[in-house]
Amino acid sequence: MSTETARAEAPKGRAKVTDRTKAERRLGWMLCAPAVAAMLLVTAYPIGYAFVLSLQRIDLRFPDEQEFVGLGNYVTILSSSLWWQDLFNTVFITVTSVGIEFVLGFAIALVLHHAIFGRGLVRTSVLIPYGIITVVAAFAWFYAFDPGTGFINSLPLVDEDKAWFGDRFSAFSVIILAEVWKTTPFIALLLLAGLTTIDEGLYEAAKMDGANAVQRFFRITLPLMVPAIAVALLFRTLDAFRVFDSIFIMTRGAQDTESVSILAYNQLISRLNLGLGSAVAVLIFLLVLLIAFFFVRVLGANVPGREEEAK
Amino acid sequence: MRVVALTIASLVAAGALVLAGCGGDDGDAGTLRWFIFNEPSGAPQEAAQRCSEASGGRYTIEFDFLPADADGQREQLVRRLGAEDSLIDIIGMDVIWTGEFANAGWIEEWSDEQERAASENVFESVLETARFEDRLYAAPIWTNTQLLWYRDDLVDEPPETWGEMIDEALRLLEAGEPGRIQVQADQYEGLVVWANAMIASAGTEILAGPEEVELAEEPTKRALALMGRLSRSPAAAPDISTSNEDSARLAFEAGDSAFMVNYPFAYPSAEENAPEIAENMGAAVYPGIEGGPGGAPPLGGINLGVSAFSENKELAFEAIECLIEPENQLTIAEMGGLPPVREDLYDDPEIEEIYPGFNDLLRDSIEEAVPRPSQSPAYQDLSLAIQGAIHPTDDIDPDDPSSTYEDLVDKVQQAVDVEGLL
Repeated sequence: MSTETARAEAPKGRAKVTDRTKAERRLGWMLCAPAVAAMLLVTAYPIGYAFVLSLQRIDLRFPDEQEFVGLGNYVTILSSSLWWQDLFNTVFITVTSVGIEFVLGFAIALVLHHAIFGRGLVRTSVLIPYGIITVVAAFAWFYAFDPGTGFINSLPLVDEDKAWFGDRFSAFSVIILAEVWKTTPFIALLLLAGLTTIDEGLYEAAKMDGANAVQRFFRITLPLMVPAIAVALLFRTLDAFRVFDSIFIMTRGAQDTESVSILAYNQLISRLNLGLGSAVAVLIFLLVLLIAFFFVRVLGANVPGREEEAK
Repeated sequence: MRVVALTIASLVAAGALVLAGCGGDDGDAGTLRWFIFNEPSGAPQEAAQRCSEASGGRYTIEFDFLPADADGQREQLVRRLGAEDSLIDIIGMDVIWTGEFANAGWIEEWSDEQERAASENVFESVLETARFEDRLYAAPIWTNTQLLWYRDDLVDEPPETWGEMIDEALRLLEAGEPGRIQVQADQYEGLVVWANAMIASAGTEILAGPEEVELAEEPTKRALALMGRLSRSPAAAPDISTSNEDSARLAFEAGDSAFMVNYPFAYPSAEENAPEIAENMGAAVYPGIEGGPGGAPPLGGINLGVSAFSENKELAFEAIECLIEPENQLTIAEMGGLPPVREDLYDDPEIEEIYPGFNDLLRDSIEEAVPRPSQSPAYQDLSLAIQGAIHPTDDIDPDDPSSTYEDLVDKVQQAVDVEGLL
């Protein structure tokens, strides 16, 4: 991002670049250098190393059998039905949970926006699920739904013996429920921030023109909220795509609920197959980049550095 | 200038703190670190204490506890061993890891002399689990097998085959009596235990050699058909697809089951939690399959290996030789209910007390037991492959298990070749 603004400035400055400007720019670079170096070390190096590993056949259980296989690992993964199955699972969970979170979060944001008393308290308490560690929350949901230890099966309308984690779609429901419970507050707060930027005067003018609540919502609120919505959806989709904790705790990927992150975990940690595992990790990275690209370019999410290009 | 000097001084101080924290991990020369799961009865700690004292100060055994489930234990260990961690000295290894660890060069081979001490009077089937390519890589300390537990107030003669057992269970259920059969069929190692026992009982095996798939068609299909038949019948537990050893024993203790295949720990557990059930609990040998060579009970247990990256190998070997002594094996059996590995101990009156009425049954089961194909260094992949192919077991069509069979053979072959995504 610092590079982008620097580049953006250069064309403007081409007309008259004084020595002083050059000196200032050099100072700027030198001051940024430690931070850039740290960033490169912490992010670029592991990503680069993972990419290098993914081009080899390397398994820690067979230390003598290492060799360079180029894109062989990628071919194995992309031609494996397990990868596509897991990708489908991940997309399913992402779309469903983000969809539900968005609707619920918007509703909560609207309520919070119009709250008259206890705003601070309500906003804080709404954030509690988001503040709980994901693994702990996943365990709580797991134990609640498990036929042996939970209370869900004792509720009316629920079958006593229902094995929630024994069947694919009921397991999905619990996983998505846990995800929605945990991160709806996050979306609600992002949307609430967006709501507060809308000028009250617009609503008053609309009321004078005879618009009812529904019309005001769809014609004023939603269009003006698009940047906030895009940002909220961008963050949540990126996170939801990498879902791991809830699935790992509840089913460990059994009953066909495995996500791509768990697939990477199994190859890397369980099988110690660094080549395949790194290749899966690189593929996840590329897919996440794709999602971010889609949101930023196509939906115009307002991330820092792109103010010039926002709609 | 002062600011610069102050910054440098604080950085140096911080650095010194960090280094102090990093260093000093070598431990004392005589400390042996034993990586094993936390056995709930504390029996290994007893044995370790005894041996540390008996060593006359030459070594002290300290524990590093691993998670309770086998998969979790393996994960913790392979990460350290893959990184050549010198902290590990003694490893409490599940019987299925020997091939994998030995092939990767993570555990030390035992010399002929050490082998003699470690294998004195030990069951041959148990020793096999500690061997790789005909060389001994670990010393068995305790073993485990599964028995058929049944309600002797509901059933006069325990069934000898799975087919008989399912028929009997259905009869009981129809008569309104408790008749469920408890097994372990979640997607984890326990399912491989069951599957291996079924396949062996049907008369074939999963691997013919470390890299050769066997799985003869007719017997394997018979075994799969029975697993499918049980899982789809009313005799199966409702949560069979997520059942494990604990859920099985809990269900049996709750009283709605007539049969259970489980490890001997189920008996003292029932005595404590459900004495009325324990009174009517009988034990029999693991059921076989009609047309097969008879029951092939599963084989579990723990072997003690020495890490190849340990800095105290000599002491570790010595400590292990002490830990497996008969006295310690009896303590472990007494406190933890874990069967000893030495054949001669089964006549000991203490063992008869711990396993009232079924110590001979245990000994016979261990002798007859068929281990899982752990001679393959890719056992982890094999296990995942088998789990993937046959879970959930109620998907197996009892009338025509061909699709499951083909999937199983495919996946097992891939695992043996260490190819593909699992």
